[in-house]
Amino acid sequence: MDTRGGSADPAAGPAQDCMTDRIHERAREAEPPIIEIRGLGKKFHTGKTEVYALRDINLSIARGEIYGIIGRSGAGKSTLVRCINMLEPPTEGKVFFEGQDVGSLSKAQLNIVRRSMGMIFQQFNLLMQRTALDNVCFPLELAGMSRDKARARSMEMLELVGLAARAKSYPAQLSGGQKQRVAIARALAPSPKALLCDEATSALDPETTDSILALLRSINREMGITAVVITHEMDVIEKLCHKVAIISKGVIAETGPVNQVFFHPKSEIARRLVVPEALHPDKMTVPCLYRLIFDGQSSYEPVLANLVLACGQPVNVMYASTRDLGGKAFGQMVLQLPEDPAARRKILDYAAENLIYIEEYRREGAKEDSRV
Amino acid sequence: MFNQAMMELLWEGTVDTLYMTLASTFFAYVFGMMMALVLVVTRSNGLRPQPVVFRVLDILVNLTRSVPFLILMIAVIPFTRWLVGTTIGNNATVVPLVIAAAPFVARLIEQSLLEVDRGVIEAAQSMGASTWQILYKVYIPEAMPSLINGSAIAATTILGYSAMSGAVGGGGLGKLAIMYGYNRYQTEMMFATVVLLIVIVQLLQSLGDWATHRSDKRGS
Repeated sequence: MDTRGGSADPAAGPAQDCMTDRIHERAREAEPPIIEIRGLGKKFHTGKTEVYALRDINLSIARGEIYGIIGRSGAGKSTLVRCINMLEPPTEGKVFFEGQDVGSLSKAQLNIVRRSMGMIFQQFNLLMQRTALDNVCFPLELAGMSRDKARARSMEMLELVGLAARAKSYPAQLSGGQKQRVAIARALAPSPKALLCDEATSALDPETTDSILALLRSINREMGITAVVITHEMDVIEKLCHKVAIISKGVIAETGPVNQVFFHPKSEIARRLVVPEALHPDKMTVPCLYRLIFDGQSSYEPVLANLVLACGQPVNVMYASTRDLGGKAFGQMVLQLPEDPAARRKILDYAAENLIYIEEYRREGAKEDSRV
Repeated sequence: MFNQAMMELLWEGTVDTLYMTLASTFFAYVFGMMMALVLVVTRSNGLRPQPVVFRVLDILVNLTRSVPFLILMIAVIPFTRWLVGTTIGNNATVVPLVIAAAPFVARLIEQSLLEVDRGVIEAAQSMGASTWQILYKVYIPEAMPSLINGSAIAATTILGYSAMSGAVGGGGLGKLAIMYGYNRYQTEMMFATVVLLIVIVQLLQSLGDWATHRSDKRGS
């Protein structure tokens, strides 16, 4: 029940409202996708039984986009990202990179395509016996670049990630965040068109995570590199991604712009990601729960207080949080409204009049509250 | 107790032992490295799985390793004669030493290479590294401290084998111990060779430890 209309609908546009992003958005839609996944499946054999890690995955990722793929551990998200560069060859379906069927390439051709897809990992995967600088040189050496050129390019990359001073340090002498910066510099050194990030911040503390996310964001903005971000943390999606795909048990449950999935989660799994576990409708025994959402504008107004004053009805706040979604404050609350249908109607009418987005908060498939 | 002649014998024996040990270790590493790389690449989760090649080589390595050195040395006499023209002396001893040590060295190297983090291999693959590039730019340099450590273990084991070869025509300290110490009851000669062998093992192991530590960039 969407009570908002027109441009005020928070789901109408991407999270960013600045002009440049809108222009990018339009350009993105006109161009063919840089990565397209069609009918992809991955079957594993364990003894005599076959297990599907992924089933019928369809995704198209536009150039310059940061595309998040979120799911719990074991959902198949790491397998999915490895199918993109054929580290795990899919058993069904196809992956296209810039229109090229990646699965049909020879080993040598694949190695060339892989150079335009940088990859970073949860455990950084740096060469422990090489210095930071030599780690960044590594992909350039593989590509046959001369040593001097490779070193110059690598120094540039280390400067970009803010680690030029640690060029001669070995990975063992660096912190987790610094190691990931070296890994990012290494992934960017061969000038890739896309960056695959497999749980890139999952081994880092929250503060370091934020700094790495900011770095990835600026790389995307300034260099126009497309990024595929695998994570199990909604926080990462909120802070970094334009679009999100939610993956559960090897299938895509939902895709869309990040804020749309936030405001109108369609699937049960998306709902679970948007509000914390303890507040799942099926775990809440109290009746008449509603989810109230407000965007950057309304978060500066005393929305709830005004509502209570205007309607003269008490509401109980079960849960409230404010998040930074693409640079915009976004809040949500779970409210318990009065059980009396008339009183509840009054509140809902007030919300509709004042363009406050409020929806009934219930379990997927549960019967809609007929009393309203 | 020790006269000039004995001192000379001991000195010669030490030089011979070192020569046999180091030459055999070198050749054992050449062949062992080749076998280990094939084992690592062709195993089921390797870069290019080849189950048949892996099984055959795996069994071959185990077979060679299960033949006691003294018996192997006698068994390969025809081959040794064909290769170096004689079956006694230092060069003749190197042949069975290499045959016996190479599979052992292959296992040591294989273990060292398998210690390399899978994630690093995967990262190299994601950067478009070929199988060959992964072997010589990732596996070997990343395993280097462990490889050096293994080479010290291999050298000391080969040293032991070389002493054994003294029983069937080999030279060095082993020959002295058997000829003088065992056959002629010269206990002090036996004692001297044992001390020298201990000193050589200690030196080799210390050198190995020092080089291992020096090459490792993980702990610094």
